Amino acid sequence: MTRVRVSPKVTQSMAKGLIWAATIVTVGVLLFIVIYTLARGMSHVNWTLLTAEPADMGRSGGILPTIVGTVVLAMFGVVIAAPFGVGTAVYLVEYTREGWLTRVIRFGVDALAGIPSIVYGLFGFVFFVLTLGLGWSVASGALTLAIMILPTIVRTAEEALRAVPDSYREVSLSLGAHKWEMIATVALPAALPGIVTGIILGIGRCVGETAAVILTAGSSLRMPTSLFSPARTMSVHFFILAREGISDEMAWATGAVLVVSILLVNVVINWLVARLIRRRVAR
Amino acid sequence: MRSDRVIRFVLFLVALSAIAALTLITLFIFRAGLPLIIEVGPAKFLFGRTWSPTQGQFGIWPMVVGSVWVTLGALLIGVPLGLAVAIFATEFAPPFAATILRPAVQLLAGIPSVIYGFIGLVILVPLIRESLGGPGLSILAGSVILGIMILPNVISISEDAIRAVPRSYRDGALALGATQWQTIWGVVLPAARSGIIASIVLGMGRAVGETMAVIMVVGNALALPMSVLDSATTLTSNIGLEMGYATGKHREALFATGVVLFLLIMVLNAATSFLVRRRSQGGIGR
Repeated sequence: MTRVRVSPKVTQSMAKGLIWAATIVTVGVLLFIVIYTLARGMSHVNWTLLTAEPADMGRSGGILPTIVGTVVLAMFGVVIAAPFGVGTAVYLVEYTREGWLTRVIRFGVDALAGIPSIVYGLFGFVFFVLTLGLGWSVASGALTLAIMILPTIVRTAEEALRAVPDSYREVSLSLGAHKWEMIATVALPAALPGIVTGIILGIGRCVGETAAVILTAGSSLRMPTSLFSPARTMSVHFFILAREGISDEMAWATGAVLVVSILLVNVVINWLVARLIRRRVAR
Repeated sequence: MRSDRVIRFVLFLVALSAIAALTLITLFIFRAGLPLIIEVGPAKFLFGRTWSPTQGQFGIWPMVVGSVWVTLGALLIGVPLGLAVAIFATEFAPPFAATILRPAVQLLAGIPSVIYGFIGLVILVPLIRESLGGPGLSILAGSVILGIMILPNVISISEDAIRAVPRSYRDGALALGATQWQTIWGVVLPAARSGIIASIVLGMGRAVGETMAVIMVVGNALALPMSVLDSATTLTSNIGLEMGYATGKHREALFATGVVLFLLIMVLNAATSFLVRRRSQGGIGR
């Protein structure tokens, strides 16, 4: 049996072509998803949609309660997760050497990152909703989301802190600062853009999450009035409208608002990262 | 100084929050689901073919099979595509393309899964029904949608792994007269192997765990799927669908499904960290 030998030059150009094609397909799929959602939805996005209460199960009216629900859940989720996430990162970077303890902490963070959102939903339901008696509520939803985004915040904050040059710390300490003074006035401010990036990534995850939210915050279409009232987020609203065939127009309108919010979140992240890189290069 | 010691202790407690949360999750999921698995019998629960909770029949085998098919399909689509994009970004991309690509991949990761699901439902499902036959709501539809959804994981981790391969490896191969592709295929990819495998395992975890998008496109049929054009149910989609109204034993059975899912993910996690550790300890990479 003789094997046909293809010239390496031919393989090279074939491989290059395939890789270009794959990349174009990937970017094309992304553009298609964004443009399609906006095209189907933007024509229904107007002032009423953004400011009115829904009517008839969401068939008409607006989506204001779901916007409020999304903002409130994401905000509380992040407010709860950020101190724990950043605190963990500070401890890992500034207060310990690598050892069994950091390995245990990292194991916890990595394991949390891998748990599927539906399992978070199950946990939030049995723990926050039932055991702690918080019911389907903003509180249950936000606490569940907070645990879910904790790994994202820990990892980005840790990376940002590690990127702060040791010389910064040494200068501060040599001027007589205590360890904590050094961290609060030098290390954390220098790492701030990276930390904020992680927090915004967390907000993005909260906004896009559906499975964990629907099981813990419920899906009430009423405006949430307290930490203990149920809420529906835009993603949940989109899911219910689309899946139950209530209204395609309203679903796409909600989807368009969602996609625009995610785009904005991404623009902010990239702006922050670009600033961070510029600063580092300037050094 | 005393306040420093206090702060150190407080931060130590804060740093334990992740492992504490993990312990709580494990405890409560197992407490809610394990009794039913023991009652039914682990083998009967896992391999039983009938899921009929109202009649006390709790077999999740069709969902296990559904999850496996959909996940393998997603890997078949997402891994080659994602790997190609990662190679493009590190080896071929002209500067302008690289600056577009990173935010694009980020955006792909940020789009809510329900939007992927609905676009799959209105575009992909009819397309499959008309061109390939079957109900359209199928394993194939789920695989394509999940294949797209795991792209950001596959791309970003394998890109990092490929970037970490020292310049000298490439220079060495090129200096011996290898073409750029021979260098990539013969030297760069093998050196980045464990990172690339880690990215695949991570994508696998995401595909196994995804719920809402899958619910919208796989058809949620409880029969054992026989081809990729058949409808199916996955472990996650069944929980997502039935949690809304399940009570009593039925609800316990959904938590039991959660236990299976949890164990599966832990195995995948262990595999990832094993691979990552092996990479950082040296091996072929350095």
